[in-house]
Amino acid sequence: MTYVYAFLFCGLVCMIAQLILDNTKLTPGHVTSIFVVIGAALDIFGLYDKIVLYAGAGALIPITSFGHLLIHGAMDTASTLGPLGLAFGIFELTSAGISLAIFAAFVLALILKPRH
Amino acid sequence: MDKKKYKEIVDRNTPKENYVKNAIIAFLVGGALGSLSELLLRCYSLWFELPRKESGVLVVLTLILISSILTACGVFDTLVTKVKAALIIPITGFAHSMTSAALEYKNEGLVLGIGSNIFKLAGTVILYGVVSVYIFGILRLIVTGG
Repeated sequence: MTYVYAFLFCGLVCMIAQLILDNTKLTPGHVTSIFVVIGAALDIFGLYDKIVLYAGAGALIPITSFGHLLIHGAMDTASTLGPLGLAFGIFELTSAGISLAIFAAFVLALILKPRH
Repeated sequence: MDKKKYKEIVDRNTPKENYVKNAIIAFLVGGALGSLSELLLRCYSLWFELPRKESGVLVVLTLILISSILTACGVFDTLVTKVKAALIIPITGFAHSMTSAALEYKNEGLVLGIGSNIFKLAGTVILYGVVSVYIFGILRLIVTGG
Protein backbone atom coordinates (compact mmCIF):
# COMPACT_ATOMS: atom_id res chain seq x y z
CA MET A 1 0.00 0.00 0.00
CA THR A 2 2.92 2.34 0.67
CA TYR A 3 3.79 2.13 -3.03
CA VAL A 4 0.36 3.45 -4.00
CA TYR A 5 0.50 6.28 -1.48
CA ALA A 6 4.07 7.09 -2.58
CA PHE A 7 2.89 7.24 -6.18
CA LEU A 8 -0.11 9.41 -5.34
CA PHE A 9 1.72 11.87 -3.08
CA CYS A 10 4.84 12.36 -5.22
CA GLY A 11 2.75 12.52 -8.38
CA LEU A 12 0.35 15.03 -6.84
CA VAL A 13 3.17 17.34 -5.68
CA CYS A 14 4.76 17.25 -9.14
CA MET A 15 1.39 17.86 -10.81
CA ILE A 16 0.62 20.89 -8.64
CA ALA A 17 4.07 22.28 -9.45
CA GLN A 18 3.51 21.69 -13.16
CA LEU A 19 0.13 23.46 -13.03
CA ILE A 20 1.71 26.43 -11.24
CA LEU A 21 4.54 26.58 -13.80
CA ASP A 22 2.16 26.44 -16.77
CA ASN A 23 -0.48 28.85 -15.54
CA THR A 24 1.55 31.55 -13.79
CA LYS A 25 4.72 33.46 -14.53
CA LEU A 26 6.63 31.80 -11.68
CA THR A 27 9.91 30.07 -12.55
CA PRO A 28 11.07 26.68 -11.20
CA GLY A 29 13.17 28.62 -8.67
CA HIS A 30 10.05 30.28 -7.25
CA VAL A 31 8.12 27.03 -7.13
CA THR A 32 10.84 25.05 -5.35
CA SER A 33 11.27 27.86 -2.79
CA ILE A 34 7.51 27.95 -2.15
CA PHE A 35 7.40 24.17 -1.77
CA VAL A 36 10.25 24.15 0.74
CA VAL A 37 8.40 26.70 2.86
CA ILE A 38 5.19 24.65 2.57
CA GLY A 39 7.06 21.51 3.64
CA ALA A 40 8.44 23.30 6.69
CA ALA A 41 5.01 24.73 7.51
CA LEU A 42 3.37 21.30 7.30
CA ASP A 43 5.86 19.95 9.79
CA ILE A 44 5.42 22.63 12.46
CA PHE A 45 3.15 20.23 14.34
CA GLY A 46 4.39 17.01 12.77
CA LEU A 47 1.85 16.71 9.95
CA TYR A 48 4.50 15.92 7.38
CA ASP A 49 5.78 13.11 9.59
CA LYS A 50 2.38 11.46 9.23
CA ILE A 51 2.58 11.80 5.44
CA VAL A 52 6.04 10.17 5.53
CA LEU A 53 4.55 7.36 7.60
CA TYR A 54 2.02 6.59 4.87
CA ALA A 55 3.80 7.56 1.65
CA GLY A 56 7.32 6.47 2.65
CA ALA A 57 9.96 7.49 0.15
CA GLY A 58 7.28 9.15 -1.96
CA ALA A 59 7.21 11.90 0.66
CA LEU A 60 10.99 12.01 1.12
CA ILE A 61 11.81 12.64 -2.54
CA PRO A 62 9.95 15.93 -3.28
CA ILE A 63 11.67 19.16 -2.28
CA THR A 64 8.95 19.69 0.37
CA SER A 65 10.80 17.07 2.41
CA PHE A 66 13.81 19.42 2.50
CA GLY A 67 11.83 21.92 4.56
CA HIS A 68 10.45 19.07 6.66
CA LEU A 69 13.94 17.72 7.42
CA LEU A 70 15.25 21.21 8.25
CA ILE A 71 12.57 21.91 10.84
CA HIS A 72 12.70 18.33 12.09
CA GLY A 73 16.43 18.53 12.84
CA ALA A 74 16.02 21.99 14.37
CA MET A 75 13.18 20.96 16.67
CA ASP A 76 14.90 17.73 17.72
CA THR A 77 17.93 19.66 18.97
CA ALA A 78 15.76 22.44 20.36
CA SER A 79 14.01 19.93 22.60
CA THR A 80 17.30 19.17 24.36
CA LEU A 81 19.22 22.46 24.04
CA GLY A 82 16.40 24.99 24.08
CA PRO A 83 16.11 27.82 21.53
CA LEU A 84 19.84 27.61 20.74
CA GLY A 85 19.21 24.13 19.36
CA LEU A 86 17.45 25.71 16.39
CA ALA A 87 20.78 26.93 15.07
CA PHE A 88 22.69 23.79 16.04
CA GLY A 89 20.40 21.22 14.54
CA ILE A 90 18.93 22.91 11.49
CA PHE A 91 21.15 21.12 8.96
CA GLU A 92 21.52 17.91 10.93
CA LEU A 93 19.34 15.72 8.70
CA THR A 94 19.95 17.45 5.37
CA SER A 95 23.73 17.68 5.65
CA ALA A 96 24.22 14.36 3.85
CA GLY A 97 22.21 15.51 0.83
CA ILE A 98 23.67 19.01 0.62
CA SER A 99 27.29 17.94 1.08
CA LEU A 100 27.04 15.14 -1.48
CA ALA A 101 25.35 17.49 -3.96
CA ILE A 102 28.16 20.07 -3.49
CA PHE A 103 30.90 17.47 -3.78
CA ALA A 104 29.40 15.74 -6.81
CA ALA A 105 28.75 19.05 -8.57
CA PHE A 106 32.32 20.23 -7.98
CA VAL A 107 34.05 17.02 -9.05
CA LEU A 108 31.85 16.61 -12.13
CA ALA A 109 32.42 20.25 -13.11
CA LEU A 110 36.18 19.70 -12.82
CA ILE A 111 36.35 16.61 -14.99
CA LEU A 112 33.62 17.27 -17.57
CA LYS A 113 32.96 20.07 -20.05
CA PRO A 114 29.59 21.85 -20.31
CA ARG A 115 27.43 20.67 -23.21
CA HIS A 116 24.88 22.91 -24.82
CA MET B 1 -5.09 48.18 -36.78
CA ASP B 2 -6.48 48.85 -33.33
CA LYS B 3 -5.11 47.27 -30.21
CA LYS B 4 -7.99 44.85 -29.77
CA LYS B 5 -7.50 43.29 -33.18
CA TYR B 6 -3.77 43.10 -32.63
CA LYS B 7 -4.28 41.28 -29.34
CA GLU B 8 -6.64 38.82 -31.03
CA ILE B 9 -4.03 37.98 -33.64
CA VAL B 10 -1.33 37.56 -31.01
CA ASP B 11 -3.56 35.29 -28.95
CA ARG B 12 -4.38 33.18 -31.98
CA ASN B 13 -0.76 32.72 -32.94
CA THR B 14 0.93 32.07 -29.61
CA PRO B 15 1.42 28.32 -29.24
CA LYS B 16 -0.86 27.06 -26.51
CA GLU B 17 0.84 24.95 -23.85
CA ASN B 18 -1.28 21.93 -23.30
CA TYR B 19 -1.27 22.14 -19.55
CA VAL B 20 -3.63 19.23 -18.96
CA LYS B 21 -1.28 16.90 -20.80
CA ASN B 22 1.74 18.39 -19.02
CA ALA B 23 0.07 17.92 -15.65
CA ILE B 24 -0.76 14.28 -16.36
CA ILE B 25 2.80 13.58 -17.51
CA ALA B 26 4.16 15.26 -14.37
CA PHE B 27 1.77 13.24 -12.20
CA LEU B 28 2.64 9.89 -13.79
CA VAL B 29 6.41 10.39 -13.94
CA GLY B 30 6.58 11.98 -10.49
CA GLY B 31 4.46 9.19 -9.06
CA ALA B 32 6.59 6.52 -10.71
CA LEU B 33 9.69 8.17 -9.24
CA GLY B 34 8.06 8.11 -5.80
CA SER B 35 7.17 4.42 -6.05
CA LEU B 36 10.62 3.51 -7.36
CA SER B 37 12.23 5.36 -4.45
CA GLU B 38 10.05 3.42 -2.04
CA LEU B 39 11.19 0.18 -3.69
CA LEU B 40 14.82 1.32 -3.46
CA LEU B 41 14.31 2.28 0.19
CA ARG B 42 13.08 -1.24 1.01
CA CYS B 43 15.96 -2.81 -0.94
CA TYR B 44 18.47 -0.69 0.97
CA SER B 45 17.01 -1.52 4.37
CA LEU B 46 17.03 -5.21 3.39
CA TRP B 47 20.56 -5.29 1.93
CA PHE B 48 22.33 -3.14 4.50
CA GLU B 49 20.02 -3.95 7.42
CA LEU B 50 19.38 -0.27 8.07
CA PRO B 51 16.32 1.32 9.72
CA ARG B 52 13.90 3.10 7.36
CA LYS B 53 15.15 6.57 8.28
CA GLU B 54 18.75 5.88 7.29
CA SER B 55 17.82 4.07 4.11
CA GLY B 56 15.64 7.07 3.24
CA VAL B 57 18.76 9.24 3.39
CA LEU B 58 20.55 6.70 1.19
CA VAL B 59 17.74 6.88 -1.39
CA VAL B 60 18.02 10.68 -1.49
CA LEU B 61 21.80 10.41 -1.89
CA THR B 62 21.38 7.92 -4.75
CA LEU B 63 19.00 10.26 -6.57
CA ILE B 64 21.36 13.21 -6.07
CA LEU B 65 24.29 11.24 -7.46
CA ILE B 66 22.35 9.94 -10.47
CA SER B 67 20.94 13.34 -11.40
CA SER B 68 24.33 15.06 -10.99
CA ILE B 69 25.93 12.56 -13.35
CA LEU B 70 23.04 12.79 -15.84
CA THR B 71 23.28 16.60 -15.74
CA ALA B 72 27.01 16.51 -16.39
CA CYS B 73 26.44 14.18 -19.35
CA GLY B 74 23.83 16.55 -20.74
CA VAL B 75 20.98 14.01 -20.56
CA PHE B 76 19.06 15.67 -17.75
CA ASP B 77 18.02 18.78 -19.70
CA THR B 78 16.45 16.72 -22.47
CA LEU B 79 14.60 14.69 -19.85
CA VAL B 80 13.32 17.86 -18.14
CA THR B 81 11.90 19.24 -21.38
CA LYS B 82 9.97 15.98 -21.74
CA VAL B 83 8.64 15.40 -18.23
CA LYS B 84 8.81 18.98 -16.85
CA ALA B 85 8.17 19.42 -13.13
CA ALA B 86 8.41 15.69 -12.38
CA LEU B 87 12.19 16.06 -12.29
CA ILE B 88 12.45 19.65 -10.98
CA ILE B 89 10.40 19.19 -7.81
CA PRO B 90 12.05 16.01 -6.49
CA ILE B 91 15.50 16.36 -4.94
CA THR B 92 16.90 15.65 -8.42
CA GLY B 93 16.15 19.25 -9.38
CA PHE B 94 18.27 20.52 -6.48
CA ALA B 95 21.28 18.45 -7.57
CA HIS B 96 20.67 19.40 -11.19
CA SER B 97 20.72 23.13 -10.45
CA MET B 98 24.03 22.85 -8.60
CA THR B 99 25.81 20.71 -11.17
CA SER B 100 24.58 22.76 -14.12
CA ALA B 101 25.61 26.02 -12.43
CA ALA B 102 29.05 24.59 -11.63
CA LEU B 103 29.53 23.43 -15.23
CA GLU B 104 28.21 26.62 -16.74
CA TYR B 105 30.54 28.94 -14.83
CA LYS B 106 33.55 26.64 -14.96
CA ASN B 107 35.28 28.86 -17.54
CA GLU B 108 35.32 31.82 -15.14
CA GLY B 109 37.66 30.06 -12.76
CA LEU B 110 37.59 27.82 -9.72
CA VAL B 111 36.75 30.48 -7.13
CA LEU B 112 34.97 33.25 -9.03
CA GLY B 113 33.30 30.80 -11.40
CA ILE B 114 32.39 27.53 -9.73
CA GLY B 115 32.79 28.78 -6.17
CA SER B 116 30.58 31.82 -6.29
CA ASN B 117 27.96 30.47 -8.68
CA ILE B 118 27.39 26.90 -7.49
CA PHE B 119 24.57 28.02 -5.16
CA LYS B 120 23.08 30.40 -7.68
CA LEU B 121 19.82 28.43 -8.00
CA ALA B 122 20.04 26.02 -5.06
CA GLY B 123 20.71 28.99 -2.79
CA THR B 124 17.09 30.15 -2.88
CA VAL B 125 15.96 26.74 -1.63
CA ILE B 126 18.39 26.82 1.28
CA LEU B 127 17.73 30.50 2.05
CA TYR B 128 13.95 30.25 2.22
CA GLY B 129 14.15 26.88 3.94
CA VAL B 130 16.35 28.23 6.73
CA VAL B 131 14.46 31.52 7.13
CA SER B 132 11.08 29.79 7.32
CA VAL B 133 12.40 27.17 9.75
CA TYR B 134 13.72 29.89 12.07
CA ILE B 135 10.35 31.64 12.02
CA PHE B 136 8.29 28.45 12.38
CA GLY B 137 10.68 27.01 14.97
CA ILE B 138 10.50 30.10 17.19
CA LEU B 139 6.71 30.13 16.78
CA ARG B 140 6.50 26.50 17.83
CA LEU B 141 8.81 27.06 20.80
CA ILE B 142 6.59 29.94 21.93
CA VAL B 143 3.36 27.97 21.43
CA THR B 144 4.40 24.63 22.90
CA GLY B 145 7.17 25.86 25.19
CA GLY B 146 9.76 23.42 23.87
